[in-house]
This record gives sequence, structure tokens and C-alpha cells, in this order.
Amino acid sequence: MNTFSSTCFENCWHSAENPCPKFVTCIAQGQQCSEGNPDPKLLESLKRSLLLIEHDIPVILVGMGTCGLANGAQAVHDALKAECQVRGITVSIIPVGCMGFCAREVIVDVKLPGHPRISYCEVKKQDVPLIVETTLVHGEVLEDKLLGLYETDEQDVWTALPILDSLPFFAKQQKVNLENCGVIDPESIDQYLARGGYSALSYVVNGRTPQLTINDVLKAGLRGRGGGGFPTGKKWQFARDTQADKKYLICNADEGDPGAFMDRALLEGDPHRVVEGMIIAAYAIGASYGYIYCRAEYPLAIRRLEKTLQSAREYGLLGKNILGSGFDFDMRIKKGAGAFVCGEETALMQSIEGRRGMPRPRPPFPATAGLFGKPTVINNVETFANVTTIFKHGPDWYAGIGTETSKGTKIFALSGKVRNVGLVEVPMGVTLREIVFDIGGGVPDGGVFKAVQIGGPSGGALPESVIDTPIDYESLKQVGAMMGSGGLVVMDNSTCMVDLAKYFMTFIQSESCGKCIPCREGTKRLLEILERLTTSYRNEKTQEESLLRFQGMVYLERLASVIKDTSLCGLGQTAANPVLSTLQYFREEYEAHLYERRCPAGACRELLTYTIDTEKCTGCGVCARKCPENAIIGEKKRAHYILEDKCIRCDQCRVNCNFDAICVN
Amino acid sequence: MQVQENSQQIYEKYPRKDASCLIDMLQDVQEHFGYLPDAEMQRVARHIDIPVSRVYGVATFYNQFRFQPLGKYVIRVCRGTACHVKGSLDILRTLENELGIKAGQTSKDLRFTIETVACIGACSIAPVIAVNDEFHGGLTTKSLQKLLKSYQKNDRQSEVQHEHV
Repeated sequence: MNTFSSTCFENCWHSAENPCPKFVTCIAQGQQCSEGNPDPKLLESLKRSLLLIEHDIPVILVGMGTCGLANGAQAVHDALKAECQVRGITVSIIPVGCMGFCAREVIVDVKLPGHPRISYCEVKKQDVPLIVETTLVHGEVLEDKLLGLYETDEQDVWTALPILDSLPFFAKQQKVNLENCGVIDPESIDQYLARGGYSALSYVVNGRTPQLTINDVLKAGLRGRGGGGFPTGKKWQFARDTQADKKYLICNADEGDPGAFMDRALLEGDPHRVVEGMIIAAYAIGASYGYIYCRAEYPLAIRRLEKTLQSAREYGLLGKNILGSGFDFDMRIKKGAGAFVCGEETALMQSIEGRRGMPRPRPPFPATAGLFGKPTVINNVETFANVTTIFKHGPDWYAGIGTETSKGTKIFALSGKVRNVGLVEVPMGVTLREIVFDIGGGVPDGGVFKAVQIGGPSGGALPESVIDTPIDYESLKQVGAMMGSGGLVVMDNSTCMVDLAKYFMTFIQSESCGKCIPCREGTKRLLEILERLTTSYRNEKTQEESLLRFQGMVYLERLASVIKDTSLCGLGQTAANPVLSTLQYFREEYEAHLYERRCPAGACRELLTYTIDTEKCTGCGVCARKCPENAIIGEKKRAHYILEDKCIRCDQCRVNCNFDAICVN
Repeated sequence: MQVQENSQQIYEKYPRKDASCLIDMLQDVQEHFGYLPDAEMQRVARHIDIPVSRVYGVATFYNQFRFQPLGKYVIRVCRGTACHVKGSLDILRTLENELGIKAGQTSKDLRFTIETVACIGACSIAPVIAVNDEFHGGLTTKSLQKLLKSYQKNDRQSEVQHEHV
């Protein structure tokens, strides 16, 4: 018996066509059969081998999410395979999802029989022979590469080694929805089942009515993780109360926020959890068909999801008569085509219907008239993962985590100028400081923390003064940001806030669908204002430009509030947030650009002046040769000079100078 | 002729007159040809029984669709926030200068295409670019130039070998 799909004794009749209601309970709690005399050890031993508690051959698990692959995980995987083959070692090498510690990729876990599981980090192709030699041949730990040890109850010679969960990066995290990511083989439904997967679904479809299910979600206090924070239970209730012959369920996996990759990691690392949550949601609202709208830029996630749906169907967990409950539900994957606005629910539905993804006014809300005019519930990937968690641990347990108004945990993608780039899951209510400094390890390379951007293009940049804000939906709104989907980008003093605002405006402006005027025209005007701030006198075409620059700043806030109040959808309504929040907290930086025509962070190219330090310059002439504009003059072996009029600030001289003689102000 | 036959499969996969399949069909067509040829868009329109203008309207709305063939090496520059903070704009500018084309364009010899993407999702190694499906992270303008040279060299070598064969 290698998988749970094969029957454990002759009287077991479970199959995809004729599923047994007790199928999942059998796996989770041991055999439940009253017919025949099953062998309880059979299921238990399979479970123990799937959980890697008891196994005969060494198991190697390589973190092969997109981030791992980008760091060269495929090469490490292939090298491990080849090395073991050459040495004649029988091992099982399993690609897993991302465990979240992106800064230390490639992560390779080794589980030897009878030893706890250990994690190696920053493994490169050339490290493979040593790892195989030390750990697989001699059964010892290679401490140079060791990240930590998985906690175990059993005594072992290795228990003196650092435990993973005690590392600063993991210590303050509470991994609930990410518990399986990087731990199990995402393509193996058996491993997921062995860890108690689908028991939430089994409990719901065979024990709760749809209304009780919704009540549980309301009681747990789950709010949408896509950004808006609308109570999930309420949304479901609306859809349930609407009478219709057909209802739809959509999982929004169109994670377009630049700098956010939580949904991708969940779909790549633990897709079954999301699918399970979707089936529970479908049961609660009475949906018969579902869609997962996933970005086409996530090919790995799509591939794993396809595999997931297929194996769920084979096990009778998806399709007709799910777990013998009489409930039918199936779903398919729709690939997005690269439009940020399709993250907005009405635009997303338009896209599924095969149209241009443009939002429409609400009401009617999708819960009453959505996809193909039928009641539709759209939730985010992380929301569905949370649904599974609620029914696995119970609504009361879930409601015990977090703050008064924001329950549960939230996954953040921590990136930018921070030491421990990665995926973190924390209970609601922790402060930004704890995430950036305790978990993230602060700013590297001697930089000084300046701000953290939360919520992507709809959120805001928060400075040190408000970094002690606890993370929940309301507190973040109060300080001018929003939860958003969960991207956290840390910035240090080399980041210019005007440039950041300009960056987000460029993004929003090009992603605006063009349907409503405030968003289409307003974001363009906002961008123009910001561009004038960063244009030097030299590049101004007419004299009026200078006046327009000041006029722009005078009208900036008014324009922003008009866009906010009159745009059709969330994209436009939040479009001005990055500008407003940076203006609120970094006004002096805007003023430096406006009045003094300089960029304090040294990021806005046009406003910089390049000069040569005559003390340091040896007159080697490298800069003059590299200068594309011939703007550097000087005699050999004498200090050179930059002609400011000709200089285009291409930075080539500074990059190529061997004596650090180029000063930038 | 070969290409014609193969693209027939795409049309057989989808039911006629079902407009909700439009995007899926365009994606398949693009995967097959590398871009959306005019003739194929007309064929899709006939298959679904909608005006060509609507097919074109949808195709131009989404960033994914292209109307020109791609270069041999497609360089995707990540313009996510984390990459931006770590200098991806400089990377893009250098790339544009070196290859003499702008983002979204393909060089005349059909060797290189530069595209920007909102986020590749490899924020830990920002700034990052992907050449075809190979990722290159932690780039500086200097290391980028080196990288480009290696691709140009490889390309020339493979061409020489090709000629010899």
C-alpha cells in the first residue's frame, strides 16, 4: 500500500465514483470501518512513512518554488541526483515548495532514517558532493551549511544543533497557513492527507449544514485577505441568500502587486490547502462550479494546481458526490493574461467571460449578480487557505489569534533593503517594527531604515515614526496605508520617496483600464506633476514648465482627492495613496525637489551634479574615455573636470572610476 | 503547412460560438506561433462567431499578447517594487542602450527582445532579469554588460556551428 487511493482491506469500497464518507476520517483518526476486520497498522504505517517519521531510505527535499529555481535549485537538484547515482546511494529526492526563507535559498532538507530532519541553506551546485559525502555517506551534519534542525520529540545525537523555529527569522512567526509550504511535496495528495489534509472538508460536508458553515466563518471573524478586508462570512451569506439555478465560486490568484508573492508561494507550496478551502466555500454558498483565475506569469503554480485538481478528483474529493455527501462541485483554472486591473473582482469576471477586463459599477455586487449574471463569490487565495485553517482548528481557536477587529494570521512578502528577504506569517497585531527588524533582521550594508511600503500600489510608505503601528486593517488605514495583499518593501536612505511615488504612478497609469476618466486622465496628470519635480532645468522644453511645476504641487492634493472620490473601482480609488502617504511623511523631500532642485537620496538622476574630487583624481582618463557625451576633459595625469552642461548623468564615470574620485550631489 | 495543421488542434479543442473561450484560445495561438498573427485572429473570430474588432480589442487590452514575433532571446526585466528599490531602472536603461532597442521591442536581427514585467517574484535576488527562462539576479550595470556579452558570444558561436553543419 503506497497511497491512500488503494484500499486498505478487502471490504473497503471507497473510490472516486462511489466515495466513502469516512475516507478522510479513516486516514486522520485511524480506521472507522465497522465492516470486516481491517488492519489498523496498515494505514498507520503508511501515514508514518508519508510524514517521514519512519522510512527506510534517506529523503532529500529541495525547495523548488519559483524563488528557489531562480537561485539555481534545479541545478542543485540535478547535481544531487547525479551524485547519489554515481555513489550508488538510494535516496528519494523530492521537490518541495518555498519554506519562506528566500534570502538563504537554495534550501535543501535531508532526512535520514532515525534522525531528525535538517535544513541546509545557500546550497550551490558545487556544495553537493560535500553534502552527500558528509551527511548521506557518513551520517554527519555539515555545519557550515546548516540552517537548522526540525524540532522533534525524540532524543538524538543531533539535538544540540540549533532548532529552526528558534532562529530569529522564524521565532516570531506563527506558521498556520504556511505550515506545509516547503515541508511537504506539494504534488502529493497523500502527504497532504497524512498531515490531516481534507479533514476540514470532511467535517464540513458530512457534519455541518451550509448555514452553520457560514456561521462558523462569521464567528471566526475572517476578513478578505485580498486587500479590502470585507468579512468573508458576510459575502458568503449574501450569495447564499440569493436564489439562482447556478452559483459560481472564484479564487482570485491574479496577484499583480509588484513585490508580492504570497499567493504564488501558497499555490506552489501547498495547493491542496487552497483547493480544500474552495470546496468548503462552494458547499457553504451552494456553488456548483468554480474557477481559479491565476496569473499566466506563474507557470509553476498553474502546473501544480492542475495536478492538484486531478488528484483531488481521483480521490473523490472533487467532482460528483464529494465524500458521499451528495454535494457536487468541480472547478477549472483560467489563466490571466497580464492585466493588473483584473485583480478587481468585476474586471476579473469580465476577463473570465472573455472580454476586456474592465470593472463595472457596483451594485449589483457579484454576490447577487456576478459571473454570467449568476451569484458569485470571489475570494483571494490566502482567504481560502484561511478557511481550511478555520475548520481544521475550529472557529474559536482561530478567533483567539489576532486583534479585536482583525483575526487570524497574515502572510507578508518581505523584500527590498532588508536582510532576511522572504515570506513571513505573523499573527495580526504584531508591529511593523517586529517584522522589519526582528524577523527581517533590519537593513543590510550599513543602510539606515527609511520607510516600509505596505499594500503595493494601493498602499502607503510608512516611516520610522509610525513603524510601531500594529498590523490590522483599521490601524493601517489610520496611518494612511492599507493592508493590501501583503507586500512589504523595505527602503533605506538611498531610496527617494518622490521617485517611489513616481514609480507607482507609472505603474498605475499604465495599468489603468481607461474606462473612467478620473483614473485614466487623473493618474496621467499626477504622473506629470511628479515627473516635472524630477526634471532638471536643462531638460525643460519651455519656460512655462517651471511654473507648471509649482502649479502642479499646489493642485496635487486636490487632484488626488478627486481621483479617490470619483473613480469607478478600487484601482482608481486607491491610486493616489502612494503619493499622499509619501507627501504626508516625507514632505521635506518633495520640497527639496521643488525649491532646491535636488534629490536628497541621490536617486533622481536629472537633479544630480557630478563633480570630480581633484584630490583623489589621478588623471588616468578612464572616465573621459567612458563618457558617452565627451563631457569630461582634462590633461593626462592631471585632475579632470566634468562639463555640467554636457553631462547626462549616465553614471558611467562613477561606475568606472577606480579611485572613488567622482562625487555625486 | 506543418504549422497550419498543428494550429488546427487549437480550434478543435474549443466549442464553437463560446465567447468565454476567447482569451484561452488567444493564449494557445500565441503559445503556438510566439505571437498573434492577423490571420489567426480572424480565424478565432470566425470560430467564436464574434466581430474581429472584439478579438482585437481583447488582445490589445492584455499585456500578455504580442503582435510581432519575438527575438531568439527574450529578456524580461523585473520592474517590481523590490527590484525598483534596488536599481532595476538602471538595469533596464543599460540594456536598452546596449541593445539599441526600447522595452517592448525586438532587435532587427530578431536576436533580442526586451520586455518589462510587473514582478517575476524572485525578490530575494533583486534586481533580476530572466533571459528566456534563465534567471539572473543581483545584477549591477557592470555584471549585466558581462552577461549580455556572454549571450552575444554564445549566439555567434551557435551560428558558426550551424553554418558548418
